[in-house]
Amino acid sequence: MKYAGLLVMPAGFFLSIAAVLLFPAPAPRAAFVLCGLAVEAMGLAVAVRGHMEELREKRP
Amino acid sequence: MTTFQPLSEAALALTLALFMLAPLAIAGVALINTGLGRSRSAAQSLLGSLAILAVSAIAFALVGATFIGAAGHTVQIAGKPWNWLGTSPWLLGGLGSAPAQTQLALLFEFLAAALAAILPWGSGADRCRLTAGCATAAILSALVFPLTAHWIWGGGWLAQLGVNFQLGAGFLDGGGAATVNVLGGLSALALVWIAGPRRGKFPKEGLSTALPGHNAVYVLFGCLLALVGWLAWNVAGAVVFLHAPLAALPVTAVNTLLSAASAVGATFAVTQIRFGKPDASLCANGWMAGLVASSACAGLVTPLAAILIGLVAGIFTPLLVELFELALSIDDPSGAITVHGAGGLWGLVAAGIFAGQPGQLVAQMVGVATLLGLILPLVYLLFWLLNRVLPFRVDPDGERIGMDLQELGGGAYPEFVIHRDESYR
Repeated sequence: MKYAGLLVMPAGFFLSIAAVLLFPAPAPRAAFVLCGLAVEAMGLAVAVRGHMEELREKRP
Repeated sequence: MTTFQPLSEAALALTLALFMLAPLAIAGVALINTGLGRSRSAAQSLLGSLAILAVSAIAFALVGATFIGAAGHTVQIAGKPWNWLGTSPWLLGGLGSAPAQTQLALLFEFLAAALAAILPWGSGADRCRLTAGCATAAILSALVFPLTAHWIWGGGWLAQLGVNFQLGAGFLDGGGAATVNVLGGLSALALVWIAGPRRGKFPKEGLSTALPGHNAVYVLFGCLLALVGWLAWNVAGAVVFLHAPLAALPVTAVNTLLSAASAVGATFAVTQIRFGKPDASLCANGWMAGLVASSACAGLVTPLAAILIGLVAGIFTPLLVELFELALSIDDPSGAITVHGAGGLWGLVAAGIFAGQPGQLVAQMVGVATLLGLILPLVYLLFWLLNRVLPFRVDPDGERIGMDLQELGGGAYPEFVIHRDESYR
């Protein structure tokens, strides 16, 4: 689960880059960059959740 | 090597003098890391900082400096040039005959690589081997830092966002909030995830065990040392990377101080309200978070904005430290993930909000997206591979007797009797 989260994060980065390339207008560009950051935040949340589960299983 | 706009002789002399003070930031962070760790690991912690500084300097000189130059590998995407990797002569060739400002920038990058490499060491305190700390420092200084620094400081694609896509002045980071602090903070997160928490930190039942730092005096004195280093760092960065005129430098220094001052005030108030008394180590974290946030924006904002930026950093720092430990099971003894990672990210966003140029906030957000979405997974992957070859953690018995005895054969405080740790499970 941690690895899944970490794999999602680059998708958010590429979304942000695509926004810069594809949208010359400031408003949609900013909105899509924000969407990229939101995807990264979701990936990070999944990775943190995966870390917590892994830790719970390993606890003595 | 990076090529920069020519500086006046006065600016060159001032910048060189400031670089003599900048290592105090590293000294401060090393002292804070040692104070926040346990007494049985103090000598290993401080020796580790010294070793990491040495390894980082050599790795950067041998490999990293080659990939940081302004001229570099460029790809064309959608008709725009994307400069993604710098090129310079191998092994610092031609450094002696390079312009003075190029040499100064390289000196800055040496120090920046070392500081970024020391930050994860504090988070892995009391459980990570010296060799692992040195190996992570080599990876950061030889590969990841040069890549990030080239993109931001060396005229790479993040710096060119303004020219190529009309996003303000491109991604701005005069004092190393991104290249040093966020990189170090995210590396600390990767290291903590891989190494795991200190033994006994998160028991099966109940709340996490408090493992307080062993010397609050080291921690608070480290904060004072860090102030001197950060003032030098931010002012020198403003000259070298933001091309600030000499007349603008006192404001940069004032903003640095104001950000740290308002941050520690806010943390003092938050801990007073939450615990009934101010907490020394959290106040130190707040102070450092204010300094880190100022790294991104001290040369760009007004003093009032610097106070606001520090205030926000000082409020979220103690709350985030608590969240990471109690809710997210992240054992970060030095608080580097919050202080340097989150503090740096906030500073970068604040620079976009308060700098007042159209498109600047979007440029800063693209930079933040790059750090979180590309650099964090990359560092995690590199550290994960390294951990397979060279395990980060000592064995449980070594952790019980402490890193000083395990790795150095003697403690930092030899006159103290070492007791069996009854809380150890």
